[in-house]
Amino acid sequence: MNKTLKFHISKRASLPWYKSWAIRGIAILAALVVCAIVTMLMTGENPISIYSTIFYGAFGTTRRSWVTIQELAVLLGISLAVTPAFKMRFWNIGAEGQVLIGGLATTACMICLADKLPNSMVIVCMIIASILAGAFWGFLPAFFKAKWNTNETLFTLMMNYIATQLAAYFIIVWEVPKGAGKIGIINQSTEIGWLPQLGNQYLLSILVVALLTGVMYIYLNYSKHGYEIAVVGESQRTASYAGIKVERVIIRTMVLSGAVCGLMGLLLVGGINHTLTTTVVDGRGFTAVMVSWMAKFNPIAMIFTSLLLVFLSRGASEISSVFGLNHSFADILTGIILFFIIGSEFFITYEISVQRSAGKEA
Amino acid sequence: MFDLVSFIPRAVMQGIPLLYGSTGEILTEKSGNLNLGIPGVMYVGGICGVIGAFFYEQAVSAAEMNGFLAIGIPMLCSLLGSLLMGLLYSVLTITLRANQNVTGLALTTFGVGVGNFFGGSLIKLTGSEVPSIALSATSAYFSKSLPFAGSLGWFGQVFLSYGFLAYLAVIVAIVASYVLNHTRVGLHLRSVGESPATADAAGISVTRYKYLATCIGSMIAGLGGLYYVMDYACGVWSNNAFGDRGWLAIALVIFTIWRPNVSILASILFGGFYILYLYIPSGLNLSVKELYKMIPYVVTLVVLIIVSMRKKREDQPPASLGLPYFREER
Repeated sequence: MNKTLKFHISKRASLPWYKSWAIRGIAILAALVVCAIVTMLMTGENPISIYSTIFYGAFGTTRRSWVTIQELAVLLGISLAVTPAFKMRFWNIGAEGQVLIGGLATTACMICLADKLPNSMVIVCMIIASILAGAFWGFLPAFFKAKWNTNETLFTLMMNYIATQLAAYFIIVWEVPKGAGKIGIINQSTEIGWLPQLGNQYLLSILVVALLTGVMYIYLNYSKHGYEIAVVGESQRTASYAGIKVERVIIRTMVLSGAVCGLMGLLLVGGINHTLTTTVVDGRGFTAVMVSWMAKFNPIAMIFTSLLLVFLSRGASEISSVFGLNHSFADILTGIILFFIIGSEFFITYEISVQRSAGKEA
Repeated sequence: MFDLVSFIPRAVMQGIPLLYGSTGEILTEKSGNLNLGIPGVMYVGGICGVIGAFFYEQAVSAAEMNGFLAIGIPMLCSLLGSLLMGLLYSVLTITLRANQNVTGLALTTFGVGVGNFFGGSLIKLTGSEVPSIALSATSAYFSKSLPFAGSLGWFGQVFLSYGFLAYLAVIVAIVASYVLNHTRVGLHLRSVGESPATADAAGISVTRYKYLATCIGSMIAGLGGLYYVMDYACGVWSNNAFGDRGWLAIALVIFTIWRPNVSILASILFGGFYILYLYIPSGLNLSVKELYKMIPYVVTLVVLIIVSMRKKREDQPPASLGLPYFREER
């Protein structure tokens, strides 16, 4: 019994892209199987009918497909927003708050300027205000990170709840009717400040995010800024040796990150919901972190990772309504998928070789 | 008139879940693991306790309930549930070296989902005939305070009116603080969090310490969820009622600059902040109350900034917080 199996773990030099995506594909497949098993245990249905229900929930009718694509656009937009910061290894988990504060600024313009300015001017103000608000929410943690190396993960986390409470405060200030505790549809009769519709109510945000995806891809991969971000992310020391002003890059990138989040807040409030609640972002600021990370910070790959999550969550809520279960079922399935993908990264970065060695270790 | 005697017990009851959460998270963070999954772990700790109590209450009638089992079963379930969550996080971040932030957030999504799903569907899944999950019989055991507490006036109300889990929280925090600062195990643990490479060179098993700290930390945090449902909420589970307390517990870790013993008073302070809005006379202006709820987060932010500006060595987060350790990487 002296023979022992020893696992030796070492970092892979590189892995061809098709192999790494094959590993991810296997992980997703395995996750979908586990999801099906869990769903079977809960509902007693067979897997095929479960997945056809999920598919029906996401793409069953034209309207459902549009909603799914719109949800995809929102999640993708927020993921794109956090990506430059992540590429810089700046752990911005404050997208939730940055989007919300953008939405709050939008709401403020819609409510306060409605009877003072013409519609087009209100919309211009909304765009400017939301972007500025989001940028400011991103600037604060970046400033302290650059100046005093304050932990950005914890900073941005706190900023989320400050934004939430600010929104809660203004919702009560502006509540309609008094005592309702919510704003309701803003400017319902005049539709002032509603972003224009292109064809149908979904298309505008989808197009904006599609454009954003392309711009972000070019910005990250082919611009000087994008290169600086990548260098700072790899090593701050290397960056400063190379003459990159690290502090400036950190602040600039986070302002950009926050500004895009603010823009998503504008789309959510001005284009999609026409109202503000404290849960308008609905955890997507956190989900975006995972979407962006799963796609290895590649904007094009993010389309697929966010599609996967949106598809599952829409499908899972269909399952919950069909079987009378709680809607949080979607979160469980999302969690399972995430764990598998997170785990699969290990097998992409490292290789395991099994060595048979006679006992007697040194 | 500000009614301090009624305010303090309520602040304490708000603070206890935070104390459990922050003690658990401090232990975890001292090993260099930033577990952002704590909110999820606390949900799971709560719901597992509920599931255990639910089946026990279904199995025997209230009259035949055994006090020992009524407390033991939910507690065991809760500890087991949060242990599994801790293990999941550990396997992913320590063995598979995954990114801690991403894993933690996924764990939170998953844990909150599990809590709300089973909370909302438990009755349907088990096909029982009760209208809602109200475990008042079990809760009575959990929130039983000392028999003579009521007869001691304000003293009894402020110090003795809580269920046993509240005192356990304080004991756990004191023990954690002692172990961290005055024992060899604590020294090793801190060295793993500060510089795993150095600890490894000194012959300390980094992996074992990280696993143990994370799993024990999760179990402690899970008890916070259990206390919330069984004692504070009187055994009634309602979805999302636990709210953002998990994040507040993480805020508390920063606020106490990684010290479990400071956390005892700080958690009560935070609990006080949390319910302060109920005691501030604001007349008809309800909106101001929302601003009061912002206080804990703003205070935490200020502490975080001040700590990073002063750069005092003993006040800093563990140096390797959030970083995976791989021996062969330099």
